[in-house]
Amino acid sequence: MVNKIDFLKYSERGEVVITAGIDVGSTATKAVIFDGTIRSMAIIPTGWNPKEAGRNVFLEALNEASLQEQDISMIVGTGYGRVSLAFIDRKVTEITCHAKGARFLFPQTRTVIDIGGQDSKVIAVGEDGSVVDFIMNDKCAAGTGRFLQVMTGILDITLDELGQMASGSKPVSINSMCTVFAESEIIGLLAQEVTKEAIASGIVQTIANKMLSLTSRVPCLEEITFSGGVANNPEICAVLSSAFGAKFNIAHQPQIVGALGAAILGYEKL
Amino acid sequence: MESDLLCEFESLRAKSITSIRAAKEEGRKVVGKYCIYSPMELVLAAGAIPIPLCSTKQDPIAEAEKVLPRNLCPLIKSSYGYAASGACPYFNASDLLIAETTCDGKKKMYELLSDIKPLHLLQLPQKQDEEALQYWYGEILKLKNRLEEDFSVTITDHNLREAIQLMNEERRSLQDLQDIAKLKPSPISGIDLLMVLYNRGFSVDKKEAVFMVDRLTLELKELYSKGVTPFTRKTPRILLTGVPIGIGSHKVVQIIEENGGNVVCFESCGGYKAVYDRVDEEKEPLLAIAKKYLGTPCSCMSPNLARFELVERLAEEFDVDGVVDLTWQGCHTYNIESYSMKKYLQEKRNRPFLQIETDYSESDVEQLKVRIEAFLEMIN
Ligand code: SF4
Ligand code: SF4
Repeated sequence: MVNKIDFLKYSERGEVVITAGIDVGSTATKAVIFDGTIRSMAIIPTGWNPKEAGRNVFLEALNEASLQEQDISMIVGTGYGRVSLAFIDRKVTEITCHAKGARFLFPQTRTVIDIGGQDSKVIAVGEDGSVVDFIMNDKCAAGTGRFLQVMTGILDITLDELGQMASGSKPVSINSMCTVFAESEIIGLLAQEVTKEAIASGIVQTIANKMLSLTSRVPCLEEITFSGGVANNPEICAVLSSAFGAKFNIAHQPQIVGALGAAILGYEKL
Repeated sequence: MESDLLCEFESLRAKSITSIRAAKEEGRKVVGKYCIYSPMELVLAAGAIPIPLCSTKQDPIAEAEKVLPRNLCPLIKSSYGYAASGACPYFNASDLLIAETTCDGKKKMYELLSDIKPLHLLQLPQKQDEEALQYWYGEILKLKNRLEEDFSVTITDHNLREAIQLMNEERRSLQDLQDIAKLKPSPISGIDLLMVLYNRGFSVDKKEAVFMVDRLTLELKELYSKGVTPFTRKTPRILLTGVPIGIGSHKVVQIIEENGGNVVCFESCGGYKAVYDRVDEEKEPLLAIAKKYLGTPCSCMSPNLARFELVERLAEEFDVDGVVDLTWQGCHTYNIESYSMKKYLQEKRNRPFLQIETDYSESDVEQLKVRIEAFLEMIN
């Protein structure tokens, strides 16, 4: 990726403007330091204290870039924990941030698909890069990172292993979208000695179906950029992309798209 | 907004129960109703006091779920729970309930209510043509007979004409008030407007309520001319359509306004939908009443094109930046209609549209905040 904002911004003292974006999600907290291009980034688990995680990830990203807190002109927070951050200058929702970040990395993006820890979303982006519509799954963990976490827990495997096991095996159909019911369904399947591979494949298929059903409500144009931690898993990406019948753009670090968008929004604001 | 008049509206609900009790002592009858298809003119012409019983609170739902299924519309559960538990003073004060066959949930809930209180059910047709009007006219006539019988009164043409005039006057005053929010920026917040629209429904003396509403409208005009407003010209203006809401089920309005938006128009039942059309004062009274009420654009009608047209028209008139369609979980008619509503609005003018499906509880407030904030960011 060679993306850059073609102009550099200078502060009143003639220094290059640097901003930070912090995305406090339910599972991971991410930070990006930005000065027209990505200076540094950091990812840590959110844990039980989003406030502290937000602070720590920021310090880590600063450290990585060899910068001090006072070098940063604006900090923008996003994600569920954004309200817990006392030191940010602005807060923006993850919808706007993901669209921004995705457009920066892949300028032709018209749709962003994000599978987050506790929600997943599809964002339709206009030609000019602005959000034109979006849809989120609500009140339910189906099709989210949490769903995958519970399922891999039952199979006693990691997310990476889930992807590997799923690839090439014929999916058994899992009928429940609900995390709790899917859990009992899978236990039932294991009892019937259905292979873990077929179940893994079924789980991935369930996620793909759920995401596909979300897109029936918003325009889903190409190019499609896939963000969020789940996008790190090539096998899951392959299943999703074939379900969508389209090629996906996947960033090198797909988790930081939201934090990146936040940092860019801060940069543009200055 | 700080205003003595607003405080008066705020205390109206609490005060009205005292007035209702006093009126009952004097022998007046009270009629409870759940829906804007209930023809208020007949109740007034019978000398009775009409009172809305639709409940907007979360508390009675647990009680209702002992009898009703959990995945039912919260409005139905709450209304039933409030009534059946004996906790609703208005329900207790009612001598007769008026109900209609609108949606399936309400219809079946009314069967249960009729075990507790005398209930008159109007069979509402679900289309709005001439044939339906004749049928509905028959139903209105039966209601008239029931009121006359139960309350030992005669409803004369003269009574009816007076009631029609009074109700039209009420509609006029409520429309004038709501039209104030057409001003940019509006001098009144959506939440205050909702409080007024909701609370004034409990007033026993309709003439007095009309007078109060008119005074508020005047006060707001003055505020506007002095430039007093909680908003700026840049505040995103939202039209809210969908299911009925009131104080207690106002969380979506609150989230919109806490995150920098302004609900300028309520198309739903407590708002514009009930008042934009009047009863024809020239025609035969009962037929004119039947015609006005049957024309109500609720999702229980099929088709319900009039609602789409009304929303589009109001979106224009109030110059809104986005439309939010609120649907209660378990409300099939509004939930299904939301798809067509979005399509209609986007074909007309590509208006930003957000459907929110929720219930009376606070459990999804965080998720709602994200969606509403993102929507406001999108249209800003
Ligand atoms: S939404 Fe329909 S059924 Fe409900 S109160 Fe309004 S008119 Fe009556
Ligand atoms: S909101 Fe829907 S389900 Fe609930 S009472 Fe009204 S029409 Fe019926």
